[in-house]
Amino acid sequence: MENPYLPYPVRIDEVITETEDKNLKTFKFVFINPGDEEKFSYRPGQFAELSIAGKGEIPIGIASSPTEKGFVKFTVNKVGLVSTYLHNMRPGNVMGIRGPLGNWYPWEEMEGKNVVIVGGGFAFTTLRSSIVYMLHPENRPKFKDIKVVYGARTPGMLLYKDELKEWEQRDDIEMHITVDGTNDPDWKYNVGYVPPITEQKITSAENAIAIVCGPPIVIKMMQPVLAKLNFPPERIILSLEKRMKCGIGICGRCNLGDQYVCKDGPVFSMAQLKELPPE
Amino acid sequence: MKTTSFTKQEWDEALQGLSDSYRIFVPIREGDFHMFRPLENGIKPDFDFQNTRISPKSIIYPQSERMFEYTLEPEDPEANILKEAPKDYSPRAIVGIRPCDVHAFRIVQRNFDNPEFRDPWWVKHFESTILVGLGCNRPCSTCFCTSVGGGPFHEEGLDIMVYDLGDRFLAKSLTEKGEDFLNKTKAGAPADQPALQAAEDLKESVEKAFNPNVTMDHLHEKAVLDLFNAPFWEEVAFACINCGTCTYLCPTCWCFDIQDEVFAKQGDRIRNWDSCMFPLFTLEGSGHNPRTKKFQRVRQRFMHKLKYYVDKYQDGVQCSGCGRCVRYCPVNIDIRQVAALMNEL
Repeated sequence: MENPYLPYPVRIDEVITETEDKNLKTFKFVFINPGDEEKFSYRPGQFAELSIAGKGEIPIGIASSPTEKGFVKFTVNKVGLVSTYLHNMRPGNVMGIRGPLGNWYPWEEMEGKNVVIVGGGFAFTTLRSSIVYMLHPENRPKFKDIKVVYGARTPGMLLYKDELKEWEQRDDIEMHITVDGTNDPDWKYNVGYVPPITEQKITSAENAIAIVCGPPIVIKMMQPVLAKLNFPPERIILSLEKRMKCGIGICGRCNLGDQYVCKDGPVFSMAQLKELPPE
Repeated sequence: MKTTSFTKQEWDEALQGLSDSYRIFVPIREGDFHMFRPLENGIKPDFDFQNTRISPKSIIYPQSERMFEYTLEPEDPEANILKEAPKDYSPRAIVGIRPCDVHAFRIVQRNFDNPEFRDPWWVKHFESTILVGLGCNRPCSTCFCTSVGGGPFHEEGLDIMVYDLGDRFLAKSLTEKGEDFLNKTKAGAPADQPALQAAEDLKESVEKAFNPNVTMDHLHEKAVLDLFNAPFWEEVAFACINCGTCTYLCPTCWCFDIQDEVFAKQGDRIRNWDSCMFPLFTLEGSGHNPRTKKFQRVRQRFMHKLKYYVDKYQDGVQCSGCGRCVRYCPVNIDIRQVAALMNEL
């Protein structure tokens, strides 16, 4: 019997400090046992439990794309015991990854459609996975227009800055980067909160699916914006967070009604959420 | 399948004799209460009880269980890599388990052994266990097993059903595992017709006198949001002190926490029973907590048992009617009354 609680051993390959406050770091892991990478076959939107012996586990969205081979990447905010310990770990250190867990963005449904991606703050990790996945030459023809609105408090708080610049240059993806405010005179992108910038830049919901990730306030403020654009609730896709332990729908703590966010989610449509208790 | 009659002394001796082949758990009396304990030297089973205060769920699903072990010794090439903790899966038997507590195992089995994921420890512990039930001659005043699909002599899920006929036990095997267990006792005698009739009469008279009648027939058709937003939750939760006794004693509560414990350079990953009555249960790293208020946690407990489970599995409630939470709640919160409120909303 496979043990779904047993993590794959991994080695930290690289640690990148993403933000100016140094609270967000991206960890690149390589699997120690040959064959484990193949077993850890995932789709953008899924998450995994990062496991540190002696400390515990944390559920974190997968930031790398399945089109990137040889490693997996996670961007982790420093908030608690495990994430603080992880932030002090270094390349070469050994830990574990358990997953992939949960469901993914509705990739089959998104084929042949316009994709609108809205991200606020550091909830851009599985969105990065999704963008890299869609821009892969094998996948790009499957989707029509890809538009991205991504905002952070300041330019220094944006994740994946090099990639943002690179995507900005491309003509097969439309990027709208924004910050709440900046005193950088050379800032050449938008200034403003994510919801109003979305309202300005996204003009149509026609044949489109919106994926929205962000702190609760962004999710809340996006609802009237998307409704005004005529996105029906079935085509607004959200990724939720909860305190989790097992990650496989057994330990009982992350439920929304009869759904477990870890196993039946973390991805839900707004239409699904309307039927569930608002916890 | 066979039915064997044992004098009470023969039964006790037979169990002692089998303790080489099985790890046998029996009810014993301790103070004012009964509890399950391994049958070892000096342990005297006491089958004259209503039910144990703590359910036998911990025999399959320990309150605290080692999942993995590891070394943090930097020189060790295996440092920081989790290994399965060794476990004893040798055959065991729970003798004297009540039909409601067997029903509870079937309820939680859906959680631990589902088409997507199998919890290896629960499944292996469960599969290595023989369930020898004891019919309830005297159901408690708080029992309501017949309202949730069980009964004082309900046989489903059992390997052997035992009838207490006063001066002797009548043991009826219901599965091959059970028949094998009875054969291994090498004791007792085939039950004669009057004994079989006595068992039948006992069952009938107990069932006739036992009428808890808690109605839950409309729960499945209620809208989940109507129940969630029902006006009675604050009142239901008013007296609750969030002690968690209900979830701890409940044979169908399965929630657990996972923690790491380290001594020197050796560590274990452990899972412990957890409880939705505690605010920490849902506290997120960001500080956000979807259930900060007591009534939200009390609502979660009842909604899980009487609505979410009902909707998810379409086969009854997540409650075996054992009545422990009713009996031992320090502030008299009564699931039978809450079920009625929900059913009649």
